[in-house]
Amino acid sequence: MISRRNLLGTAGAGLALAGSGLALPRLLGGEAEAQPLSLSKALPQGVRDSATLEALPGKKPLIKLAYRPPNYESPVEYLRTGITPNDQFFVRYHLADIPEVDAKTWKLSIGGDGANGQTALSLDELKALPAAEVTAVCQCSGNRRGLFQPHVPGVEWGYGAMGCARWKGARLKDVLDKAGLKKEAVEIVFNGSDGPAVDKTPDFVKSIPVWKAIDESTLVAYEMNGQPLPHWNGFPARIVVPGWTGTYWMKHVVSIDAVTAPYDGFWMKSAYRIPVGKFPVVARFITQETAANTPITECVVNSLITSHADGAPVRAGTRVAVAGIAWDGGYGIRTVEVSTDGGKTFAEATLGPDAGKYAFRTWSYSFIPQRGRTKVTARATNVIGQSQTAALILNPAGYHHNVMHSVTLVAA
Amino acid sequence: MRTLAIALLAALIAAPAAAQEKPITLKKGAGLDKVEANCGACHSLDYIQMNSPFLNAAQWDASVTKMIKVFGAPISEADARAIGDYLKANYGAEHVTENR
Repeated sequence: MISRRNLLGTAGAGLALAGSGLALPRLLGGEAEAQPLSLSKALPQGVRDSATLEALPGKKPLIKLAYRPPNYESPVEYLRTGITPNDQFFVRYHLADIPEVDAKTWKLSIGGDGANGQTALSLDELKALPAAEVTAVCQCSGNRRGLFQPHVPGVEWGYGAMGCARWKGARLKDVLDKAGLKKEAVEIVFNGSDGPAVDKTPDFVKSIPVWKAIDESTLVAYEMNGQPLPHWNGFPARIVVPGWTGTYWMKHVVSIDAVTAPYDGFWMKSAYRIPVGKFPVVARFITQETAANTPITECVVNSLITSHADGAPVRAGTRVAVAGIAWDGGYGIRTVEVSTDGGKTFAEATLGPDAGKYAFRTWSYSFIPQRGRTKVTARATNVIGQSQTAALILNPAGYHHNVMHSVTLVAA
Repeated sequence: MRTLAIALLAALIAAPAAAQEKPITLKKGAGLDKVEANCGACHSLDYIQMNSPFLNAAQWDASVTKMIKVFGAPISEADARAIGDYLKANYGAEHVTENR
């Protein structure tokens, strides 16, 4: 069965509507025409040909990789600040049936066999719980997948499947306390109100270990940068799992279940997994581990040059400030170093304000370029001594790309 | 048909938050009609463009199989073959080599 929302996107639905005499100006007319883009040459040619700069309702133009399910990334110039504005924040969905949730009738159910009881909260009841706030990066596990060589199938993201926001909500542990957590509980399972186009597609359901769920920074958030969550970022409430990749940050969350056995749905058992032992991650998800692979957990340390595009012109002999952001899986950034000699030597950049260990850390580095081309490379190191990699760590699904980012400046 | 009309009306009411999906024009070729009718039912066709032209024949076959076996796409065997052949001929890695 094809659900109602997805009919809109099909050619057949367009014909049916034309026949019915109904006008569809917003959907089929298109308010903003697609704009051309210049994307990294490392991305697959098919992306470079098909991606467009387009605005979803309520959003500034983002790089449209796919309409349905919608996958839109932030252009790098939107990531110059420590906080990413809501209307510039990336959009990522797995399933195409995305309802517009009515806050008045929305309910969050809490229960599961690992809970003492079953209960439900309205949005007002959720907001009545003690409020907590955390500034945290939400980054797609597959951010930069499009830069993998060889390419791997999937959403071929460039650099912008991430953003950093101030999230406000109730602590997940306080929400779980409403139902009461049994000591036998091993995982907390989240479902959102979005669903698949056909009934047989596995619903997008995710779990996290109890230890992470009861961390005081893990939230059921209803505000993003002081505003209600935008529709495209999970209105009216989403899970916020600081330090961990976006796959666990369930949007439009409608159920939270404590379970006494590892959740074995497709999106846990088969998807979002990385080979065991290949990445320097500390946080483990032991109930979901196999001998071969394990769920992705915390983000790897990373940085991005945001001040200049590759090939940007600068003035020879005049001081230029290169700037960007750095982030990691929640340990905090210790240093960012910059090389202007192709990676032979590095010098320390100046770090911007510290907005907490889960946030983007801005940085800048100034130098005087000589005439010609200068390759500028950034490398972040976190508080526990992890640094970015020089060589891509291959893995089948294209996760955790944290190869040092470079841009070439052209001085005349 | 009445169900369809009701479904479309319901979709219209909820339209403001929906993505503005523009038609995707894929390369003309044998099997394109099957691609549009089957693949396009669950996802926009830019997913095909985006994943090109780097998948070889075996990888495109694996993708079609994944859509059916893992994601439950209701695609007949004959259509699946036609879709696979279309993708390999028009968006496959070999296609690039041939045209160099």
